[in-house]
Amino acid sequence: MTELLLELKGITVKFGGFKALDDLDLILKAGELRAVIGPNGAGKTTFLDVITGKVRPDEGDVLFKGKSILKQREHRIARLGIGRKFQSPRVFEKLSVFDNLALAAAWPKKPMPLLLESTKRAETERINQLMSIVNLQTKSNVLAGSLSHGQKQWLEISMLVAQKPDLLLVDEPVAGLTDEETDLTADLLKSLAGENTVLVIDHDMDFIRRLNSPISVLHQGHVLCEGDMKTIQTDRRVIEVYLGQPEQEIL
Amino acid sequence: MNNSRILKRRLSLILWVVIIAALVSAPAILPVFRLNLLGRYLSLAIVALGVDLIWGFTGLLSLGQGIFFALGGYCAAMYLQLNSAGEFPNRIPEFFGLYGVKQLPFFWEPFHSPFFTLIAIWLIPAVIAALLGFLVFRNRIKGVYFSILTQAALLVFFNLFNGQQKLINGTNGLKTDVTFLFGQLVGSESVQRWLFWITALLVILAWSFSSWIVRGRFGNVLIGIRDDESRIRFTGYNPTLFKTIIFAIAGGLAGISGALYTVQSGIVSPQFMTVPFSIEMVIWVAVGGRGTLIGAILGAVVINYAKSLVSEALPASWMFIQGGLFILVVTALPQGVLGWIQGNGPRNLLSRLGISRYTATYPKLDIDQSQEIEL
Repeated sequence: MTELLLELKGITVKFGGFKALDDLDLILKAGELRAVIGPNGAGKTTFLDVITGKVRPDEGDVLFKGKSILKQREHRIARLGIGRKFQSPRVFEKLSVFDNLALAAAWPKKPMPLLLESTKRAETERINQLMSIVNLQTKSNVLAGSLSHGQKQWLEISMLVAQKPDLLLVDEPVAGLTDEETDLTADLLKSLAGENTVLVIDHDMDFIRRLNSPISVLHQGHVLCEGDMKTIQTDRRVIEVYLGQPEQEIL
Repeated sequence: MNNSRILKRRLSLILWVVIIAALVSAPAILPVFRLNLLGRYLSLAIVALGVDLIWGFTGLLSLGQGIFFALGGYCAAMYLQLNSAGEFPNRIPEFFGLYGVKQLPFFWEPFHSPFFTLIAIWLIPAVIAALLGFLVFRNRIKGVYFSILTQAALLVFFNLFNGQQKLINGTNGLKTDVTFLFGQLVGSESVQRWLFWITALLVILAWSFSSWIVRGRFGNVLIGIRDDESRIRFTGYNPTLFKTIIFAIAGGLAGISGALYTVQSGIVSPQFMTVPFSIEMVIWVAVGGRGTLIGAILGAVVINYAKSLVSEALPASWMFIQGGLFILVVTALPQGVLGWIQGNGPRNLLSRLGISRYTATYPKLDIDQSQEIEL
């Protein structure tokens, strides 16, 4: 379990004169659960964009399983085993819950097999299993667009898992969820770690606390400090940064 | 949920029974002139199916399907012209004589073969669509920019074909009704009857093919591209590849459609590549119901038939009716007529007019009152 899964080395991303990411370094070990927090504009989403190939960094390198993935296009990176959940739930609203999961689970993701073959039995079983984990088993044939906000979040997370990625990037999974749903989501993500590597971005501190994982604090495009909840809460730099943001004073 | 699904299935079954009954009885009921018109409009249904595949399912609004439609038409016309050129000077089609051309241009040569022609009718438009599509999609050109590009391509092809008198008779086009097929005049009644049957059969085949494509997981990827392309990308699919394939398929369907339309209308000319005609194709699908394949077929056939009837009665009024129809669909029926019917539109309208009751969303709470009294 000491194998390095993801390495970000000196990533810099400039938008015009503004540096969204500034010499960012981050290492993820296989099987790890990691939370990334940071005030608005700290570069959290840009950081995911770099890993998933949406944004090419101006400097630095991203290594996944020891190989650079900088030159790869988004769908290639996804096939290599990096799954991403977006900030607001993005599911295919005009498709049923089952079809959403089937698209994520399908392999290979090439036109001809998709046209000629139907969903394999192993995939169907996996999908049914995932639906029962997130309590959507009765909604199999329901259009994803008619699900509640929380159910969409869970559907998207289970789509992510159905993709069988080695690394799950989860961007604000509990935005807009009730407390109960938030706790369930935290437990779900915790149960996914170990077998998968999970990186969670959020600024809901109760949720992060419940994850009970190492935390990286992002500020102005680089990692300010890393450690567990206690280390973070007592770190002077973190307090300074967050004091500038009154609504985050709970830290 | 289940009820409405059964309803939808019944609705499409009834529609199919009506359509097939109409097709079978048409040759017996309609005079040849009307039958020929119906045949032409049925061939337009095939290009409409292609528009529905790329626009209704994949979200690519092409305003240049006329390119592929005309290419199919030219392929068919070139074969027919060569097939009937035996008695003309130099054994080449007559029009070449007007421009002093004595040698058949090289690209006409393969069209001596009927087999080559039958393949070229759909393959050439499909390949050109694939090339055009790949270049556009690879550069992630989307939405309105894609539409403008396809329209620009249409204009380029129009000017190209319009100016080539010595190669393809330019603006005059190629006539097919005075050519011969199996020793019979293509414009004759018996050949036209046969062409009607072939068209009707091909419409059904094209519909089956299209619905096979959109039914399974491939179709779900197309819908995914339409609704959220970057999500599809991060799920591990390459949208460029899927878009190129479906654009090529739509191009191939347009080619078949153009060939059938040409042999039934008697001529192919650069007029097939004018801007309004390609826009009309989009209107048929929009009115019929994009995303519903039967809607595309019905839209193409019914609008065109209405157009010819209205134009006979009130020659100047059709453009207003067509424009009005389009405005009505855009403002009131964004899913088209068939989409409106499938989405419980009629019931909603009736209940809004007070004729039928609103459907209760929740179970009625008729025990409430008595319970309250008891408590």
